[in-house]
Amino acid sequence: MTDILTVHGLTKRFGGLLAVDNVSFDVPEGEVFALIGPNGAGKTTLFNCITGYYSPTFGRVTLAGKDITGLKPHQTVKAGIARTFQNIRLFDFMTVIDNVKLGYHSRMHSKLWDSLLKTPMEQREEAVTTAGAMELLRFVGLEGRADHQARNLAYGQQRRLEIARALATNPKLLLLDEPAAGFTPQEKVELMELVGMILERGVTVFLIEHDMRVVMGVSKKIVVLDHGEKIAEGNPEEVRHNPRVIEAYLGRSA
Amino acid sequence: MNQKSNWRRLLDPKDRRRVLRAWSRDPNAIAYAVLLAGALAFPGISTFLTGAPTLTGLAADAGVWVLLAIGLNIVVGFAGLLDLGYAAFFAIGAYSYALLASPQLGNTPIHHAVHLPFWLVLFVAMFIAAGSGALLGFPTLRLRGDYLAIVTLGFGEIVPRIFRNADVWTGGINAIGGIDQPWLPICVKGPWSSDPLQIVYGKVDCSFSTFEPTAYYVFMVLLIVGLVIGATNLQRSRLGRAWMAVREDETAAASCGVNTVGIKLLAFAIGASFSGFGGAYYGAKLSLVSPDNFGFIVSITVLVMVVLGGMGNIPGVIVGALVFYYIQFKLLIDLPANARDLANSIGLHFLNVSTPGGWPGLETFVGRLNFIVTGLILVVMMLLRPQGLLPSPTRRLELTHEEAAPVAAPRQLQS
Repeated sequence: MTDILTVHGLTKRFGGLLAVDNVSFDVPEGEVFALIGPNGAGKTTLFNCITGYYSPTFGRVTLAGKDITGLKPHQTVKAGIARTFQNIRLFDFMTVIDNVKLGYHSRMHSKLWDSLLKTPMEQREEAVTTAGAMELLRFVGLEGRADHQARNLAYGQQRRLEIARALATNPKLLLLDEPAAGFTPQEKVELMELVGMILERGVTVFLIEHDMRVVMGVSKKIVVLDHGEKIAEGNPEEVRHNPRVIEAYLGRSA
Repeated sequence: MNQKSNWRRLLDPKDRRRVLRAWSRDPNAIAYAVLLAGALAFPGISTFLTGAPTLTGLAADAGVWVLLAIGLNIVVGFAGLLDLGYAAFFAIGAYSYALLASPQLGNTPIHHAVHLPFWLVLFVAMFIAAGSGALLGFPTLRLRGDYLAIVTLGFGEIVPRIFRNADVWTGGINAIGGIDQPWLPICVKGPWSSDPLQIVYGKVDCSFSTFEPTAYYVFMVLLIVGLVIGATNLQRSRLGRAWMAVREDETAAASCGVNTVGIKLLAFAIGASFSGFGGAYYGAKLSLVSPDNFGFIVSITVLVMVVLGGMGNIPGVIVGALVFYYIQFKLLIDLPANARDLANSIGLHFLNVSTPGGWPGLETFVGRLNFIVTGLILVVMMLLRPQGLLPSPTRRLELTHEEAAPVAAPRQLQS
């Protein structure tokens, strides 16, 4: 099994604060990989370093053998990484379908003149994009809401829409930042079913989770972060019994 | 459902009714129909009523502002970038034409006047303006919100000042005069230009003339129609979608693969290119380009037109530009004389008598109220219709969204 993403010696320093400290791991292709850790462990910072929102102080990030360290966010999308946000970031006043169509932005080839003159090529591409976006909405179960405004969706639907938008960029690797936050147990089960379906599309899923129980069922490999450092790595069973993990989550016993 | 398919459905008698009914309920479709009918009828009716084409010339001037408003709307309304120095690009367009089609370059170190045809320079001016938009945008568009506004404000002040001080090239405060009028290789003369109906050729007979503004008017209407179609196409394309996304949430737009700096740069350049058209046209029609015509007040006037009409909605900003132009350049200018006549006709003659050191007379007094009246009209309009005269459906919702029930969980302010 090859590794789709390799993070090597990644460090991110904000002034005096060491948010991520020399973290290395590999994400195997075609599986669910999870990054867990208590609040403030540096999980989202690590995500932001991989997706280009922050540029790492030190270290290297490789996607399918290509060095993507320090690329801009839109360049990492083009390279094949899509992401969602911990606090859902949809385009609230755009329609559900337009949100998904935005995900196609970097895959479309219409140039300025095509858009200005509405050339047949542009119209064709627009039609293909609409059809693709509808297919993705069906995939996440939102096909009935295509013409609604994104802000009018229920919370769980907004999470699904954000995932559909990310999938529209045709990623090799999908980064989900606490996708189950605020979900009921039933919704968490449905989400994990969706994650399974995403895997079947050939997309590797890398998720951040705060709640250990959510990821234990689906992920093959887990990395645990605490205070910016990697404290454990392995399959769910190994991680669950790792004394440092137990300590990080429950505190040191007296 | 897009415009194109609607147009095609008009051909089918069964669908025609449905399409027409949908249009009759769409404020934008109604606005376009009224504007187009008005634009076609205006020269005939106004010339018939007043006996002179003066109002047609005024309407052609209003067209320049409509054009500027449509261009600025791309920057402010679509991409959400506050540009307070838009007049700079207008100046660049006007000076491009003034230098390339007048005796001016003969007075400069080049010593050789250039007289390129208007139709060519129109596009040259567009590209020069677009290029300067990109040039300004490149280092500054990393800035967000207020900071960008300040930079554009500075740019808007610098550009006219350069044209004023580079007097070796631009004639400085003496302005550039004697600018060539556009002309067509072939044209038709007829009763509308008080000639017998005939086809004529060549520069002398087929030149546009400031005294015969109908040609300018027709050209302006065609230009606006073309640019409205272009701007509408842009709004409904992947670029328009990306602009809207950047306006709503730049971080999320980047996560969709939108190059946020690039897309903002494009908005800036396209917006500037519209004012390049406007500038070249303006220089030709006035036949004079002076650095005083492109001050901060021009940028603000265009911005007011966009906001007044309905940011982000093309027919809205056209209506806004026309209404505000009418207020500024007709209503308020005629107001003092109208007030005087009104006082006379209802028997208040004493109001028109000025006393030395005291009451200046009604006409002068009303004339002094010009700015107050403008301000009052704006305040009242914005209080009554903050979303603009003809807002875009989205923008209307954004302004009233507190009233809608919040369905989503509250969003925290962190990335």
